Amino acid sequence: MDRPFGLLAELTYACPLHCPYCSNPLNLGDYCDELTTQEWQRVLAEASELGVLQLHLSGGEPLQRRDLVEIVRSARGVGLYTNLITSGFGLSPRRAELLRAAGLDHVQISIQADEPTLADRIAGARSFERKKAAARLVKSLGWPLTVNVVLHRHNIDRVDRILDMAADLGADRIELANTQYYGWAWRNRDGLLPSRAQLECAEATVRARRGRLDGRIEIIYVVPDYYSRYPKPCMGGWGRRQLTVVPNGDVLPCPTAHALPLPRVSVREHPLAWIWERSPLFQRFRGTGWMPHPCRSCGRREIDFGGCRCQAFQLTGDAARTDPVCHLSPDHGLVAAAVRAANSDTQPARTPLTFRPHPDRPVKG
Amino acid sequence: MPSTMPMPIDSDAGRPRLAPHVRLTFDPARQRYVLLTPETVTVLNDTGAAILELCDGERTVAGILTELHARYDRVVDDEVRLFLTDLLAKRRVEVSDG
Ligand SMILES: C[S@@+](CC[C@H](N)C(=O)[O-])C[C@H]1O[C@@H](n2cnc3c(N)ncnc32)[C@H](O)[C@@H]1O
Ligand code: SF4
Ligand code: SF4
Repeated sequence: MDRPFGLLAELTYACPLHCPYCSNPLNLGDYCDELTTQEWQRVLAEASELGVLQLHLSGGEPLQRRDLVEIVRSARGVGLYTNLITSGFGLSPRRAELLRAAGLDHVQISIQADEPTLADRIAGARSFERKKAAARLVKSLGWPLTVNVVLHRHNIDRVDRILDMAADLGADRIELANTQYYGWAWRNRDGLLPSRAQLECAEATVRARRGRLDGRIEIIYVVPDYYSRYPKPCMGGWGRRQLTVVPNGDVLPCPTAHALPLPRVSVREHPLAWIWERSPLFQRFRGTGWMPHPCRSCGRREIDFGGCRCQAFQLTGDAARTDPVCHLSPDHGLVAAAVRAANSDTQPARTPLTFRPHPDRPVKG
Repeated sequence: MPSTMPMPIDSDAGRPRLAPHVRLTFDPARQRYVLLTPETVTVLNDTGAAILELCDGERTVAGILTELHARYDRVVDDEVRLFLTDLLAKRRVEVSDG
């Protein structure tokens, strides 16, 4: 069995923003009994022993945890590469300096668009200027900065200006991530999915800018799987390279597997090594033995592992089916229909979006 | 910021170093050197690790080659250049001149 390389630590689902594309689960309130500082420290030590090298601190908004600096210090203490994935909201100069001193390796700040009106509308709160200030703060402290922008129907036409903004902020890298339809994004899918024309235009821009910006800023473009022939190799394979620990200590093979009808498993009840190696949850879709037709006999089964289990479950009600994004899937019609709707003239340009709410949460840490 | 502008390894006078978001570390669980970025892990062989340890932004490519020849019997210069060029293309390494 392989050892995991990466741990995604979702420290809290508390967040001051309301992005309708948020991949967090819909039942945010079920995760309010958060792990304590000491519990996280134990998890990090166990993760490192298990072979984890990279720690992604995310959420919700990880800056909402008052013990974030301590958690980073512990992670560096056990040798992990530490990456903070943040909205930037709440990164004061003092906090930033403490995180820098604690050894935080890399910061990724998400921004909703290149201008305040649209950005604040998508975030559901006045946040654009503060995010830009946070990005500048990160650079001024000498950190490497990745700017992340989640792309969808309402901002994808602005890729050119978004790239200008990232360059202006001095970002080392910009991640243009097409929305993945989980959690709140799944609920809002029909209002977020861009048209093919929008997508082609954005991709042409990315190609052109890669040529021009070459040598200055790295552009990472995450393809939209609804428009792909093949599914994404989700998490590099189930229980193969990555694991996620969510705020209440539940462990998942992928950050969106909350809703799958599988037995749950928690760091509060088992050591991480047992969970990785032996828990029924992690064994369920490991390898290729579980695969249905057409994956079972497909030449790509070790390349994309049959795609995403969560997407299969969401679309078909059965997590063990081929990801319907794959054009070979018997359920591909489900994805094709959503794409057709996104490209029809009758697609209402303003399908109302549901904004992600605040979970009710006692403050921990 | 001209000195941080990545450029191709087209001469042995360039001074390579790891890009700011990249960390070289020893992985005790796998007993191998690895190169880490936020999204990638590159497991290195001993030669790869030795080359990257010498990429300190001070030594030139020529200096690195000299050092490697002093330490190892069989060093193929073009393979070292190729290794660095590949990491440069993947933006794990940057080169400044002068
Ligand atoms: C869930 S957020 C948590 C961290 C922080 N609150 C933030 O938004 O930056 C983690 C990362 O995933 C991105 N993200 C959120 N929902 C997404 C979706 N449906 N598809 C792709 N990326 C998404 C965010 O932009 C952010 O970079
Ligand atoms: S609502 Fe936005 S800022 Fe908050 S966790 Fe979700 S994606 Fe991040
Ligand atoms: S049939 Fe299965 S393995 Fe083959 S490409 Fe489609 S999802 Fe991947």
